Amino acid sequence: MKGKFGLGLVMALCLTLFAGFGAPHAGEGIEGSSKAAKLDACVEPTDYMRRNHFELIKHQRDITVHEGVRATDYSLAGCVDCHVRKDAQGQHVPVNAPGEFCSGCHQYTGATLDCFTCHATKPTGNGQ
Amino acid sequence: MSQQTDHLADKARRQFLTKATGVAAATVVAPGVFLHSVGNAAPREEPVNDSVRWGMLIDTSKCADGCNDCVAACDKENGLDQLIKPEGASEEQWDMQRPRWIRSVKLKNNLTGRVTTLPMMCQHCEHPPCVDVCPTGASFRRADGIVMVDRHTCIGCRYCMMACPYNARSFIHENVQLKPTATPRGKGCVESCNLCVHRLDNGLNTTACQEACDKGAIVFGDLRDPESAVSQALAKYPAVQIRADLKLNTGVRYTDV
Ligand code: SF4
Ligand code: SF4
Repeated sequence: MKGKFGLGLVMALCLTLFAGFGAPHAGEGIEGSSKAAKLDACVEPTDYMRRNHFELIKHQRDITVHEGVRATDYSLAGCVDCHVRKDAQGQHVPVNAPGEFCSGCHQYTGATLDCFTCHATKPTGNGQ
Repeated sequence: MSQQTDHLADKARRQFLTKATGVAAATVVAPGVFLHSVGNAAPREEPVNDSVRWGMLIDTSKCADGCNDCVAACDKENGLDQLIKPEGASEEQWDMQRPRWIRSVKLKNNLTGRVTTLPMMCQHCEHPPCVDVCPTGASFRRADGIVMVDRHTCIGCRYCMMACPYNARSFIHENVQLKPTATPRGKGCVESCNLCVHRLDNGLNTTACQEACDKGAIVFGDLRDPESAVSQALAKYPAVQIRADLKLNTGVRYTDV
């Protein structure tokens, strides 16, 4: 992994999204204690990630499943590993839980996430 | 990423992984051949290609009646042991429908009455009927011989389950709570043994079942590499395909059946 969303960038994204809607929480503190919170940028520049993150994941999914390529910056397991937050007890909070990194924006936009019907929502430590 | 594949370089790397490192497997058929490569494990960077065909030889004379080691190891490796009986389902129904990638099977020779116990998993057919019937292309054969389901395109029609002569495929009937990172799984898709593809793609060359069998009944490796333990064992011992009459050219072979 090269680098991730920073807290400031995510908040900037959320502010953009929520400007004018008066949404009270607007994704505040989404990154919290995640690895991503400590980094300046995601695997690609932030403005690119905002619009194209799913293109990257989808393309990678085909390459990994059909061609076996696992050395990659674009794996979903990588997203989860970096963006998952720990709670006060030091336990991972599932990335798709309400208000967490993945659901923060998807809930707001009504984009239904299907990744986590099958994929792990926090690191399980058994390989990616 | 380069789409060009250097077959020779890939092969050399793999042979290095096969021979250079790790722990000797408990196999008598090919003493001194190294099957593990724990030290050098690295995620695959180049697409798989057909210079490799993964396969297995199973020596059924070493399979003890009642032994469940390979099945348990597979269940653990692939998170099948985390699946629970759906509420309201009977034990009988659960037993019939619970996902299994390996089953311990007894074969009886009707003429002689001799009974053989063997592990039966996806046979990784060269001409897989499951792939033939799949309406979406979800069931596919990878270049290195592994037959898999791409769950992103599986619509859960279960046609492949009917087509497989080896009863090797399972359907996930319910939502799954605990999902291992390496083995994603969810309601509505079919799945089956993928020769521990997450291990192979991360630079290992063992499967969980082979590793778990301390009798050395399972030899796993590259059928295209004449030096591999599995090729050497196949050259030495009379091996058969189960239901060879179907001409599927299975990647899993058996001795002493
Ligand atoms: S054993 Fe069954 S699931 Fe495996 S490749 Fe052959 S037909 Fe397909
Ligand atoms: S259940 Fe899935 S993999 Fe099997 S035939 Fe149907 S779509 Fe293909």
